[in-house]
Amino acid sequence: MSPVSRGFRGRRREAEQGRVPPGQYVTKDFPVLSAGPTPHTPLDKWSFSVTGENGGGTSWNWQQLRALPAETVTADIHCVTRWSKLDTAWQGVSVDTLLDQAGLEGSYVLAFCDGGYTTNLPLADVTGGRAWVAFGYDGAPLDPEHGGPARLLVPHLYFWKSAKWVRGLRLMDADEPGFWETYGYHMYGDPWKEQRYAGD
Amino acid sequence: MAETPTVHTIDLDVPDWPGHRAGQHLDIRLTADDGYTAERSYSIASAPGEPVALTVERLDDGEVSPYLTEELRAGDELEVRGPIGGYFVWDAARGDGPLLLIAGGSGVVPLRSILRHRHRTGATTAARLLYSARSQAELIYRAELDSYRDVPVTYTLTRDKPPGWTGRTGRIDQALLAEAAWPASQGPLAFVCGPTPFVEAMAEGLVGLGYPPARVKTERFGATGG
Repeated sequence: MSPVSRGFRGRRREAEQGRVPPGQYVTKDFPVLSAGPTPHTPLDKWSFSVTGENGGGTSWNWQQLRALPAETVTADIHCVTRWSKLDTAWQGVSVDTLLDQAGLEGSYVLAFCDGGYTTNLPLADVTGGRAWVAFGYDGAPLDPEHGGPARLLVPHLYFWKSAKWVRGLRLMDADEPGFWETYGYHMYGDPWKEQRYAGD
Repeated sequence: MAETPTVHTIDLDVPDWPGHRAGQHLDIRLTADDGYTAERSYSIASAPGEPVALTVERLDDGEVSPYLTEELRAGDELEVRGPIGGYFVWDAARGDGPLLLIAGGSGVVPLRSILRHRHRTGATTAARLLYSARSQAELIYRAELDSYRDVPVTYTLTRDKPPGWTGRTGRIDQALLAEAAWPASQGPLAFVCGPTPFVEAMAEGLVGLGYPPARVKTERFGATGG
């Protein structure tokens, strides 16, 4: 039981109840969090790869990726730093499409990115229409500071799992911590269970 | 303790605090009498080995910071979780190249922890601080920062030029950055903290000066913080 903070009332947001995970507040802005400088990879040097644990895999250049069927996704997103943003609209390619073409197997994926960032996810969380490689936001190309040219979009997990500047997925048999996960953040990151830090 | 009219330093007595590293943050949770809670992260302002201190800027549209800066009294109980974060940290024992610290506004808080840590441990790692604030009145820790004789501090004010001001004015541009920063050839390690547009500009500027991206650690806060 938390001690009552004398004199604290807080701001209530009844209308958002049930829609916002515990410990989150809604923002209309789109805050930016990254560990380092924003990379700027030119599109003619950009590619996206799906690779297997023992090599193999498939790679798409920008034109090839953009030629794949794209979807429009509207989702609520939840950052571990406690902001949530409702009804965000994205355009991207379903990870299912990419994995189908690659034809590799595994139980987990490690997303890897320009700038060296990585994050780990169970394969089941990036398949079944729950994850995208997103290159559009609100009908415009995705801003570099928000992860453009393309970022992973996995809205049902805390947003650090939606890796910015994503360049590929490595399939793995066993789970392996990514960047923030090695610094004490949760291996899975379910916002509805408040899995912010290791041990939650 | 008031650092400025809107920025307060709060000393916490945390039982069983496991200790923290310079640059880490913690979470504070407030609970109303009907069980409603609000939680935000704050950078730790004190050095490792010192009691936990936070320096909190009151945000007009904030939910937690107005409480911490205006309502909270000595003796009140707070729910604290931490320390958190292991990337934006500096350990005196590791050294790791000359330090370049760049602060925008209250982004100076975790950098002050780094400078105190450096000072308390007698570390010989060279350090420089470049600190941008809107006005002279909004500079925090000024006396302490000036007391570190071996740390050159470059202040710049973006919306103020008070009489007698000997620091810089205006936003940090590439020329000032190049002048204040260690040359990339010396293998510096940079820590940049402030609002997002500030951090974006500084990090990009450092990469332009030849800093490898992995040597530029950033911490950003949005205007929607706490």
